[in-house]
Amino acid sequence: MVVKIEPATGRYMQLNIQGRQNRVYFEEAGRGIPLLCLHTAGADGSQYRHLLNDPGITRDYRVIAFDMPWHGKSLPPVGYHLEEYKLTTELYVDTVMAVCRGLELEKPVIMGCSMGGRIVLQLALSHGKDLRAVIGLEGADHQEPWYDTEWLHRPDVHGGEVSAALVSGLVAPQSPDEYRWETLWGYLQSGPGIFKGDLYFYRADSDYRDRVADIDTTQCPVYLLTGEYDFSCTPEDTLRTAARIKGAQATIMEGLGHFPMSEDPEQFRTYIMPVLDQIRG
Amino acid sequence: MAERANGDVGLIRRGRFVDLEFMLQIGDQGHYIRIDKGRLTSVTPSPLLLRPWTFAIHIDAAAWPQFCQKMPRPGYHDIFAMCKLGVARIDGDINPFMANLRYFKEVLAKATSSTSSAAASAKEAAHGR
Repeated sequence: MVVKIEPATGRYMQLNIQGRQNRVYFEEAGRGIPLLCLHTAGADGSQYRHLLNDPGITRDYRVIAFDMPWHGKSLPPVGYHLEEYKLTTELYVDTVMAVCRGLELEKPVIMGCSMGGRIVLQLALSHGKDLRAVIGLEGADHQEPWYDTEWLHRPDVHGGEVSAALVSGLVAPQSPDEYRWETLWGYLQSGPGIFKGDLYFYRADSDYRDRVADIDTTQCPVYLLTGEYDFSCTPEDTLRTAARIKGAQATIMEGLGHFPMSEDPEQFRTYIMPVLDQIRG
Repeated sequence: MAERANGDVGLIRRGRFVDLEFMLQIGDQGHYIRIDKGRLTSVTPSPLLLRPWTFAIHIDAAAWPQFCQKMPRPGYHDIFAMCKLGVARIDGDINPFMANLRYFKEVLAKATSSTSSAAASAKEAAHGR
C-alpha cells in the first residue's frame, strides 16, 4: 500500500431503535476500555477523528464514534419523508443504549459534546450502573434558548450555510483555520432540518436542572469540560451544573470553543488526556 | 472598509445576490452601507432624515474596540456572542442578513480595519467569526 491508511475502521450496523430499523454508521479504533463518542447537534461522528487517530488514547481505549440516525453516513429511518425530525431525551437515550447493547460494550465511558454533553447527564442518572464514567464536553443541565431556530430550516435560507455561519462564532478565535473549517463542514453538509430537530432536544426536551443532583458519581463519575469561548453552553452553565452534582469535576478550557475535539485537537488533548488517565486508573 | 471589501474576490462572489442598504451603528455613530451585487458602493454617515435601511447592526461603543482585538476575549469574539452579552443587537428585516450570514459576518470583519488591520485580517481568516 503506497498511501497512508488511518487506523480507524468504518462499518455499518443494523440497529432497532424504538421499533424502527436504522442503518447506523460507526468508526472505531483501539482496544481496551470502550469510549463511545457522541457528536454535536447537526453534525456527525467525524468530529472525533483526532481521538480515533491518537495512539496515546487508542492504546488503552476502544474509541467508537457513530453517526446518529439522520446524520452523516447513517440513513434516516424508512418513512422519513413524511415526518419532521425531532430528537427527544427518550429517543436519544434509546439510541445510545441501543448502540451500547448492539456492540456489546461493557461498562463504556460515554463522552458527548454539546447535545451529547447534555445527554450524558441523563445517561449517568438512568444508566449509571452500566457506565464506567461520563464526560460532558460543552455540557450543562439546561440553557435558555437564545435565538429563533426557525432560521435553520426554511425554503428561502440555505439551512447548511446559515447553520455553519451561525455556529462559526462558537469556534475559538485561536483555533487553527484548517480545523475551524473542517468543523463547519459538518454543518454545511447536514441534512435539511436536522440541526433544528436536534435543537428540539437541546432546547425543549432536556431541562435536567431538577434531577442532576440525583446523579451518583461514586457509581458513575462525571467530568465536565467547557471551552471559554463557548457562548452557547457557557462556562457559567457548566460550573453551575457541576456545583449541583456532588463529586462532579469541571474544567474550563482556555483557547477553546464549542467544538473542542475538532476545532483544536492539540489544545483539547491537553485537557482530555488527564481525564482519560484518571478514568483508566 | 469598502476598499477592503471590494478587493476580496471571494467575498464579492459570496455576496453576489445581495442588493440592499444596511445600517452599522457603533455607539452613537451610524453609517448607511449600500451593497450592490455584493460590492460596497457607498458608505454614508448617519443620520439622514427619512433614509430607510433593510436591517441595522448596533454595537456598543465600548464593545467595538474589544471586538476589533486580534484575539478578543470571550463574549466579544462574534456578533451573536455580543448580542447574547447584551452589547450588540440586530433589528429590521434580518432575512437577507440570515440568508447571507457568512457574507455579512465577513463584511463586519472588514469594518474592523479602521480600528486595526491586523484584527481585520484575523477576522477575515475566521470569516468574521
